Amino acid sequence: MKLKDVGGSGCGCASKVDPVFLRKVLKGLPTFESENLIVGYDTADDAAVYRINDELAMIQTVDVFPPVVDDAYEYGQVAAANAMSDVWAMGGEAATALNIFMFPQELDSDEVHGILEGGYDKAKEAGVIICGGHTIKDPIPKYGLCVSGFVHPDKVLKNNGVKPGDVLILTKPLGVGILNIARKGGVLEEKLQKEAVKNMSLLNKHAAYVGRKFDTIHACTDITGFSLLGHSSEMQDGSGCSLHFDTKKIPVIEGALRYAEMGFVPNLAYMNRGYLDGKIKFANGISEAMQDIMYDPQTSGGLLFAVSEKDSESLLELLGEKYEAASIVGYAEAESEYAVYVD
Amino acid sequence: MFEVDARGLSCPEPVLLTQMAMKENDDDIIKVYVSEPYCYKNVEKYAKSQGRKVEVKEIGSEFEVIITK
Repeated sequence: MKLKDVGGSGCGCASKVDPVFLRKVLKGLPTFESENLIVGYDTADDAAVYRINDELAMIQTVDVFPPVVDDAYEYGQVAAANAMSDVWAMGGEAATALNIFMFPQELDSDEVHGILEGGYDKAKEAGVIICGGHTIKDPIPKYGLCVSGFVHPDKVLKNNGVKPGDVLILTKPLGVGILNIARKGGVLEEKLQKEAVKNMSLLNKHAAYVGRKFDTIHACTDITGFSLLGHSSEMQDGSGCSLHFDTKKIPVIEGALRYAEMGFVPNLAYMNRGYLDGKIKFANGISEAMQDIMYDPQTSGGLLFAVSEKDSESLLELLGEKYEAASIVGYAEAESEYAVYVD
Repeated sequence: MFEVDARGLSCPEPVLLTQMAMKENDDDIIKVYVSEPYCYKNVEKYAKSQGRKVEVKEIGSEFEVIITK
């Protein structure tokens, strides 16, 4: 059996559980506390950071998802790039990884091998060592990595340190979630499919490394299933700022607006919209399709930086060497009625 | 009138079935039945993108999307 023949394949990060449901089931569970826990899940950050000593903290993260593409090797690449990204988004260095892999026994061994090969090649490109893993029989494949990394405890890049006056920079275009639904329906043009895979498998490592050159970056997050608006509302939460986006400056992957207009919008985009109800203010005249793009769950999306205005152009220029869609997409201002404004 | 039963299906299948129904039928009215709210929203978007008028009715826990020219 080939990967493309596996029924019920999902759409990457769009397969995430509804955030409203997640909040409900987590309610009442104990919150673990430790003086060494620098980042836990209370701040909705992407990974956990635990202080080992004054100079070293450990970063842990895990990410798996069902196929986003029909090609086994490309699927492995995208899943690995996505899993490792959280470590870089926290300002850390990814070091080791373990495979987490579920697949049906009927899946051809070549396909199973191809998925792993894609993951291993991306890990190699990132300088990460894969040293084992765990497999489970499952009708629908799911692949990803559990990644460990390190960071200096004082250099942890949190997702909510944004300051008034900061400029917001996004490194990858939005809309891959919508293109993935079109792919699932077999209607996506090959050229657009290639463009989606290129963006999803592009490592965020280089962007994170560039970011380290600027001590004026106050917050960073990677944009995944919770969409640009979801992740930026987390960035805003507790910061004392409201964020403003300019839709004319938001990079959108080719074809995504057209497919959004035609109703190829992931369920999670609607769920994100519901979850963020009351927090987002769209200016009059922002099209429904553009709003869907802003709520679209990204698989292995880019990084969103909040940086002092004085360094924003220099940061953008360096990012532009590897991330052609990198753009200044908005700014932060003292907090007002809504968490995020979209103009 | 032409009817599409897309109940129990997840997107993009209801959209693809609607697309096919609109291409292959000259009927003035196409009714699409779906189970999930996001599916009726997507079917509604597709029909509107093709210049059609849309009305949605909630029937119990399911939805009827009425597409007219």
